[in-house]
Amino acid sequence: MIPELGHFSLILALLLALVQGVLPLVGAARNNAAWMAVARPAARAQFLFVAIAFGALAYSFLSGDFSVVNVTRNSHSRLPEIYRLTATWGSHEGSMLLWTFILGLWTVAVTLFSRHLPEDMLARVVGVMGLVSFGFLLFMLATSNPFLRMPMAMDGSDLNPLLQDPGMVVHPPILYMGYVGFSVAFAFAITALLSGKLDASWARWSRPWTTAAWSFLTIGIMMGSWWAYYELGWGGWWFWDPVENASLMPWLVGTALIHSLAVTEKRGSFKAWTVFLAIGAFSLSLLGTFLVRSGVLSSVHSFATDPTRGLFILIFLAVVIGGSLLLFAMRASQVGLGGRFALISRESFLLVNNILLLTATGSVLLGTLYPLFLDALGLGKISVGPPYFNSVFVPLVTPLIFLAGIGPLARWKQVNVPELANRLKWGFGASVVAALLLPFTQGDWQPLVSLGCLLSLWIAVTVAISVRARLRSSSGWSANFYGMNLAHLGVAVTVIGVTMVSSYQTERNMRMAVGDTVTLQGYTFRFGGVEDIVGPNYKGSRGTLEVSRNGKPVSTMYPEKRIYVASGMPFTESAIDYGLTRDLYTALGESLDGGAWSVRLFHKPFVVWIWIGAVLMALGGFMAITDRRYRASRKQGRAAA
Amino acid sequence: MKRFMIPLGIFIVLVIFLGIGLKLDPREVPSPLIGKPAPAFSLALLSDPARQLSPAELRGKVWLFNVWASWCASCRQEHDVLLDLSKKGIVPIYGMDYKDQPADAQAVLNSYGNPYTETVVDRDGRAGINYGVYGVPETYLIDKNGIIRMKHTGPVTPEVLERKILPLVKELQQ
Repeated sequence: MIPELGHFSLILALLLALVQGVLPLVGAARNNAAWMAVARPAARAQFLFVAIAFGALAYSFLSGDFSVVNVTRNSHSRLPEIYRLTATWGSHEGSMLLWTFILGLWTVAVTLFSRHLPEDMLARVVGVMGLVSFGFLLFMLATSNPFLRMPMAMDGSDLNPLLQDPGMVVHPPILYMGYVGFSVAFAFAITALLSGKLDASWARWSRPWTTAAWSFLTIGIMMGSWWAYYELGWGGWWFWDPVENASLMPWLVGTALIHSLAVTEKRGSFKAWTVFLAIGAFSLSLLGTFLVRSGVLSSVHSFATDPTRGLFILIFLAVVIGGSLLLFAMRASQVGLGGRFALISRESFLLVNNILLLTATGSVLLGTLYPLFLDALGLGKISVGPPYFNSVFVPLVTPLIFLAGIGPLARWKQVNVPELANRLKWGFGASVVAALLLPFTQGDWQPLVSLGCLLSLWIAVTVAISVRARLRSSSGWSANFYGMNLAHLGVAVTVIGVTMVSSYQTERNMRMAVGDTVTLQGYTFRFGGVEDIVGPNYKGSRGTLEVSRNGKPVSTMYPEKRIYVASGMPFTESAIDYGLTRDLYTALGESLDGGAWSVRLFHKPFVVWIWIGAVLMALGGFMAITDRRYRASRKQGRAAA
Repeated sequence: MKRFMIPLGIFIVLVIFLGIGLKLDPREVPSPLIGKPAPAFSLALLSDPARQLSPAELRGKVWLFNVWASWCASCRQEHDVLLDLSKKGIVPIYGMDYKDQPADAQAVLNSYGNPYTETVVDRDGRAGINYGVYGVPETYLIDKNGIIRMKHTGPVTPEVLERKILPLVKELQQ
């Protein structure tokens, strides 16, 4: 009964999405106030029914209703309750429902925080989001109904063990908050193209939405990277896997969009460019969904693939992105290009920033799809690996980070070069000297480490200079300003983490019998043997490693090897001793003869800095949203109305 | 404004490639072993650990070599297809139980039926390495001279059987 209720709610939501997508858009085109007024109630009602459907699916999982195909495939009677909830979006169907649910959440948020928006603009924004939602609901009902029934099964085949992890409870929803959040910026961009109106207030309205989505995406990617680190048992934190790339591309374009929006708001420039980036960020989110769900690329992350679904998503993609780009081609010239600026100005720095970010996106896209291109042309099968991405990425990111230091200190319109150089010369000198010396504290000197340190220090120093100047000036608190600096500081922290762990990580892969010891970077690991363990839905072996340094105990680590009962899938559960300057990472390999085991040990300096930096970036983003300017404009807007 | 058309142009090219990509199978990695002799092994039989089997004994007939395991969920998917094929008696299927407990494997055959003429046990996966096994199930077609003629990764579906395996089997048996 409950699953049927969910199914029925989805059908109602589909119809409401159609109403929400058509009436307000037509109303806005014909200036019909009554039709435009449909936008708010239709969006809220649509969300209500999607929420009911989502609740019905969650209920089916929690109660273990094995007459629902989706539940049988992705759950198990012995699966702990929290992972039953996770299983709701662990499957393809469930994740699509989560996508639509979050789209509804963003749409309702737009209807709530939009009192300052002109009616026709709101109608168009909500209408565009309604059409996107319609596409996803149609996709679900036509090819991936999460409520499909079958004869009652005895038990389920269990959730993929990789997903049975506390991190997976929150990672997909937050990642989707980011992906789908770009739909708001997208809807604003389409609205600008449809109405031909794109001014500073348009940019001011779009900014907090874009920044919010970007911050969620940052956290989502960070959690995914951290999850891969501790869960996959390889000790890596980024694999350039197609699915990871799929989340990185909208993030890069989203980063470009945030900066481009700043120019559009402050200087009225980059208008068509901003619209293009907004379309691009959301298009890449959709493309990411396609790549993950269609099976055109194989990846360690592809948990569900099906070519018929792929065809549907491809058509949907062609309609949404192709339609938007066609509209862009026809109308972009009306939106206008905006004010002029000198060759060296904050605008030009931000333009270079945008070009670098877009080039980086392009190279990731190329690397991700290149195997597909070759295959489609019949030129053979290849895979593009980390060497390509690393060699392309470092040269692009280096100038980008250098500019992130200068940009905030540069003036709009035209930079007084001698003055700027004078302000920065001491900071730059100090960064260079410190960067040359810092690697010695970690061992041998390596040029790439010095480069990484230089970039980080450079950002830290320039942030300090600009905060100091701000505090000395009479201007008061600005959440936008401090948020930006916090986010830039986050970049510096991440760069340190990436640099250190890539250059100074040490690893040992060895056979250990009970009582054996091995020393890695001053830490002595003593193998205490392996015991059998039994979990709720798995059995396995747990090793014990006592870690000491200079004779003093540091920690005891328990890496595990599990076999999940239902799927019989073997699974490595690594043990990590976290630290600010180093992580110790151990994983249990295979059982060898004579009671010995193969054991993997890693010493990873500064690796947590990668994720701390990402959290700082996201916090900076969230901080910027609270800026008074975005709220003040609402009051002004209301007064004007 | 011509330059605003550029993104649309790029996107159309992308869609064409993605469309072609949908028809391709990224998992279909050509095996370097095709056209080469099946790597030798001598492994104990699941049905009788005292006896051993090696590919050399199968010279003179066309046979399917199916790598499976009791812990592999997609092996259950193809199980019925293989059972059906074995009942028709067109081509003998030899199994290799890969990185598995023989008792678990025997239990699967007892409860779901046994499509295999014989199954050899590759407990530590050494023989599997020589065959380049990287995902279970995998299926190889080996001709009368002991040469590998085809490899299929992933579960054997009725469609794969009709289109890919059986035509080649008929050709090789002549």
